[in-house]
Amino acid sequence: MADERRLDGNAIGGMMLELFGVEMTTVTEVCRTCGTADVFARTEVYMDAPGTVVRCAHCKSVLMRVVRGPDRTWLDLSGLGSVELPN
Amino acid sequence: MTETPRVRTLTIDAEGWPGHRPGQHLDVRLTAEDGYQAERSYSIASPPGMPLAITIERLENGEVSPYLVDEAREGDGFEVRGPIGGYFVWEDDGRPVFLVGGGSGVVPLMAMIRSSSGSTPIRLLYSSRTFEDIIYREELEDRAGDRVEVFHTLTRGHPPGWTGYTRRIDNEMLTEVAWPASEQPHVFICGSTRFVDAAADGLVALGYPPLSIRTERFGATGG
Repeated sequence: MADERRLDGNAIGGMMLELFGVEMTTVTEVCRTCGTADVFARTEVYMDAPGTVVRCAHCKSVLMRVVRGPDRTWLDLSGLGSVELPN
Repeated sequence: MTETPRVRTLTIDAEGWPGHRPGQHLDVRLTAEDGYQAERSYSIASPPGMPLAITIERLENGEVSPYLVDEAREGDGFEVRGPIGGYFVWEDDGRPVFLVGGGSGVVPLMAMIRSSSGSTPIRLLYSSRTFEDIIYREELEDRAGDRVEVFHTLTRGHPPGWTGYTRRIDNEMLTEVAWPASEQPHVFICGSTRFVDAAADGLVALGYPPLSIRTERFGATGG
């Protein structure tokens, strides 16, 4: 049965827009673990934890973690190999 | 405007709204008197160029949706961020479109139908629990015709004389309703995770290339 907590990268479009200043759901990310390139919209996203966890849809590794506090944000991007942004 | 007992459409007067594309969403942020903030995403229901509207389903134990569905009054203000998203967005290039919606997952699909020029063939497969839960029922009836075909399925009971489907979406239903993969349709699926996974897996089994299927999942609780 599908895990109903699992959303996709569309759900973090607003947060990513605020953090990076550009529309990110169509941006290509490369997973550091398996090397697969895909757009953020197709990642697996869990928002029910204290922070937001973004996983690779292909190998399920954690790509990114975001924890938002009242006056600051913690961003862990260590699972990402690279990100391809539009100029 | 009340759509169903659990669903309401709100028109938002958003100053400086830059316009949007069909399929995009926005974030609503509510701030309590003690400073506590809650933020949720809602799909935009209105087509580009029309007054901005969102359609919200009340989720039990939710933090934002009960206010928007039951309490918000004309003149109330809240923070809106958007438009958001570039992936679950339809660009009308004349190719046929297959829309699959579960529950309030029909909202961004309705924005697409409403924004259609009328010449592109569109099929909507729409799953609701009961007849009373069908959002936009009358408007969909009005819009159905040569270019827009609407197929309903009801998963938890149906009224006497109902001629639509009466089960969860399955591969047999998709085979009957979906355009042949050879027509290279655009596909948009929106609903709960379980719903979207089932519909997407079914279309892949019918020969749809996975990358031709655009999906958007929403949570079933906490909204």
